Amino acid sequence: MAEEKMKTRPMTMIQALRSAMDIMLDRDENVVVFGEDVGYFGGVFRCTEGLQAKYGHTRVFDAPISESGIVAAAIGMGAYGLRPVVEIQFADYFYPAADQIFSEAARLRYRSAGGYSAPLTIRMPCGGGIFGGQTHSQSPEALFTHVSGLRTVMPSNPYDAKGLLISSIENDDPVVFLEPKRLYNGPFDGHHDQPVVPWSKHPLGNVPEGYYTVPLDKASLYREGRELTVLTYGTMVYVAEVAAQEAGIEADIIDLRSLWPLDLDAITASVRKTGRCVVLHEATRTSGFGAELCALVQEHCFYHLEAPIERITGWDTPYPHSHEWAYFPGPKRVAEAFKRAFREA
Amino acid sequence: MTQTPLKFYVPEPSGRPGQATDFSYLRLQPAGAARKPPIDIVPYDTRDLALGLIRVIDDDGRAVGPWAEDPPDDAILHKGLLAMIKTRIFDARMVIAQRQKKTSFYMQCLGEEAIAIGQSLALRPGDMHFPSYRQQGLLIAQDYPWFDMMCQIFSNDKDPLKGRQLPVLYSVPDKGFFTLSGNLGTQFPQAVGWAMASAIKGDTRIAAGWIGDGATAESDYQTALLFAHVYRAPVILNVINNQWAISTFQSVAGGEGITLAARGIGSNVASLRVDGNDFLAVYAASRWAADRARNNHGATLIEWISYRAGPHSTSDDPSKYRPADDWSRFPLGDPIARLKQYMIGRGIWSEQQHQDAQKSCEAEIVAAQKKAEAHGTMATGRTSSVATMFEDVYKEMPEHLRRQRQELGV
Repeated sequence: MAEEKMKTRPMTMIQALRSAMDIMLDRDENVVVFGEDVGYFGGVFRCTEGLQAKYGHTRVFDAPISESGIVAAAIGMGAYGLRPVVEIQFADYFYPAADQIFSEAARLRYRSAGGYSAPLTIRMPCGGGIFGGQTHSQSPEALFTHVSGLRTVMPSNPYDAKGLLISSIENDDPVVFLEPKRLYNGPFDGHHDQPVVPWSKHPLGNVPEGYYTVPLDKASLYREGRELTVLTYGTMVYVAEVAAQEAGIEADIIDLRSLWPLDLDAITASVRKTGRCVVLHEATRTSGFGAELCALVQEHCFYHLEAPIERITGWDTPYPHSHEWAYFPGPKRVAEAFKRAFREA
Repeated sequence: MTQTPLKFYVPEPSGRPGQATDFSYLRLQPAGAARKPPIDIVPYDTRDLALGLIRVIDDDGRAVGPWAEDPPDDAILHKGLLAMIKTRIFDARMVIAQRQKKTSFYMQCLGEEAIAIGQSLALRPGDMHFPSYRQQGLLIAQDYPWFDMMCQIFSNDKDPLKGRQLPVLYSVPDKGFFTLSGNLGTQFPQAVGWAMASAIKGDTRIAAGWIGDGATAESDYQTALLFAHVYRAPVILNVINNQWAISTFQSVAGGEGITLAARGIGSNVASLRVDGNDFLAVYAASRWAADRARNNHGATLIEWISYRAGPHSTSDDPSKYRPADDWSRFPLGDPIARLKQYMIGRGIWSEQQHQDAQKSCEAEIVAAQKKAEAHGTMATGRTSSVATMFEDVYKEMPEHLRRQRQELGV
C-alpha cells in the first residue's frame, strides 16, 4: 500500500483523529466539522484544535449545547450533499440525540428507498478510566449496534483511529465513531496505578502523515496465539494483552474495531483454531455487545469449543466515581476469566 | 397565615360535542389590517404580526391591504385553484379506497389545501421542503403523478418506497420533498440543517420546514428555532395550526391565550401569523419569507391559521371530541370557496369553469387510480419483491443481511 512509503510520525490518538479531519477537510469541500466547543477552542479534548483557523468558521464551527440539534442539522446537511463530522462531547450525552440518530439518520436511506441518505460521522469520546463519574464514562456501543442502518466503530490505537475516521467520513452510511478517551494520550496496560505509556513508545502510535484508510468491516488480529481467542475492542485490547501475559496464556487477541457490521470471519477462524473464547468489554454486562458476540460464537463455532464462552464486562451498575477501578475490568479479573476458559475443559 | 389550596389547571377547547365552539379564541383581524414590513425587519419588530393575523381576501372576496400588492399572476391563481381542487378530490377518493380496504390508512388535508399549495407556488424549483404528513399539496401543485402517490398508498409493486412506509409518508427528491418520518417534528431541525448547508455552500436555494400545532410541543421544534436563529439559516419554518392534534386542542400544545407565532419572537426569528385559508395571504407571506431568506436576513416562522376539517386520519372519529359542524362554522371559511369567489369577482374564473375543472379532475383521478390498482392494493397483496426488504439498510448489503435474506428464502 502507498502508506508504506508515506512519511510517518508518532501521534497520539487525538492527533491522529485531528489529522484525519484535517486531511478530509482539505480533500473534500463538502466535509464540515461542528459540535460543542469544537471551533475556536478546538474541543474539550482539543481534537479539532487549529482546524477552524485553517478552514474557516463556515467549515468548522461551534454549536449550541443541543445534541439533538447537532445531529438533526447534520442530517439536513447530509440530505443537501455535505459530509458532516459532528462531535458529541461525551458519549454519555448522545441520549438527547437518540431519536435523530436511531429513527432518522439510521433509516433515511431505507425509508426513502435510497432517495436520501445521511452520510454523517458522529464522533463521541466514550469509556471510563479517567474518573469521569456516571456521566463521563459510559460505553453505549450496544445501543448503536442494535439499530439497523448504523455503523458502529471503535478504534484502539492512533493508526486505526485515523484510518477508520477517514473511512467513516468517506462512507455513505451514518457512522457512530466511539473514541475510548482513556486511550487518547497513550495505551493502557490495565493497571491504573502505573504511569501511562505514551503512544510514541507503541508501534501503532507511528502514523502516516497523509491519507490512508482502514476498512470499516475488518477486525485486526492484535496479538496472535493458539490457546485462546479474546474478542474485544477499545481500551480492553490492552487489558487483554497484559492479562494474557500475566496469566501465561498465548491468546489470539482480536480487536474488532468495527463493531457492526462485524467481521464474523475473523472471529470464527480464530475460535475454530483455539477452541476457547473470552468476550471482553468495559460496558455493562446485560444485553451488552458481548451477549451478541457470545451468541454468534455459539451459533457458528459450537462444535469447535472446548469450554463455555467466558464473558467479562463492567458490572450492571452505573459507572461509580470513587469505585471506578472496581467497575473497570482490570487484568486480574480478565486473567481469572482466561483461566476459567481452561478449567472447564 | 391562611394557605390557599393550589389548583391544577388543564386547558380545554371552547366547544365540545353537543355545544357550539366559541371561535373568539382565534383573535381574528379583518383582511387588509396587518402591515407589510420590509424584508430586512428586525425579528423583534414583527411581534404585532406574530400576534395579529395577515389576511388578504375579505368577506366579499376582494383582495385588500398591503399584502395584496404585487399579487400572483393569473396563471398562478389558476394553477393554485386547480391544485386545490385536485387535492380535495384525491383525498376524497383515497379515503374511500381505505374504506374499501385497498390501503390500511389515509390522511387527508381537507380544509387546509391552500397552505402547502400556496407556498409551493411561491417558492422556486430546487428549494427544499421537509414536510409533515398533510402537505400532499406540495406534490400535487408540482404535478407529481397521482399514479406514484397512489402506488405508495397501496404499497403495491410500483410503490416508489418498496412497501416500507405507511401510506402518505411519501419521499420525492425530484420535487424537493424530503422523506417523511412518523416521529413528529424531527424534520424541523433537519430543514434548518439543509438551509445551513445551502448557505455554507453559497447556494441560492432555501429550505422550508413543516410542522403541526401539536408537534410544536416536541423539543425538536425549539431546537429548530434555536439553530435557525443562531446561524441565520435561510429557512421558512411553517407551523400549521389546524386547531387539533388528533383529539387534543391546540391550547394543550401551548396556544392558549397566546399565538404559536409569538414563540418565534422569543427566539429572535421574524414571525408572522397568517390566514391559512386565504390563498393570496399564503402566497404573499411565503414570498416575503422566501425573499427574506434569499437575501440573507434569516429565517421566518409562519403560523398558518386553519381548521382540520376532516378526521386526523382514517382511524379517527372527530365527532367524539368536537362539535360535528365545527368546520362549517369556522370563521375563516373554505380556502377553495374563497379563492374561487375572488377569481370569479376578478372575472378570471366562472362557476361553469369550476364545475368543468372538478369533472375533468375527477375523471383524471379515476383513470390514475385504475392504473395504480392494476399494480395491486393492500387488498390484493401485490407488493414489491420481499427480497427488497433487505436493501437500502446500508449502501452496500452487509454479509449479515445477505445471510438473513437467504434464511428467509428470497
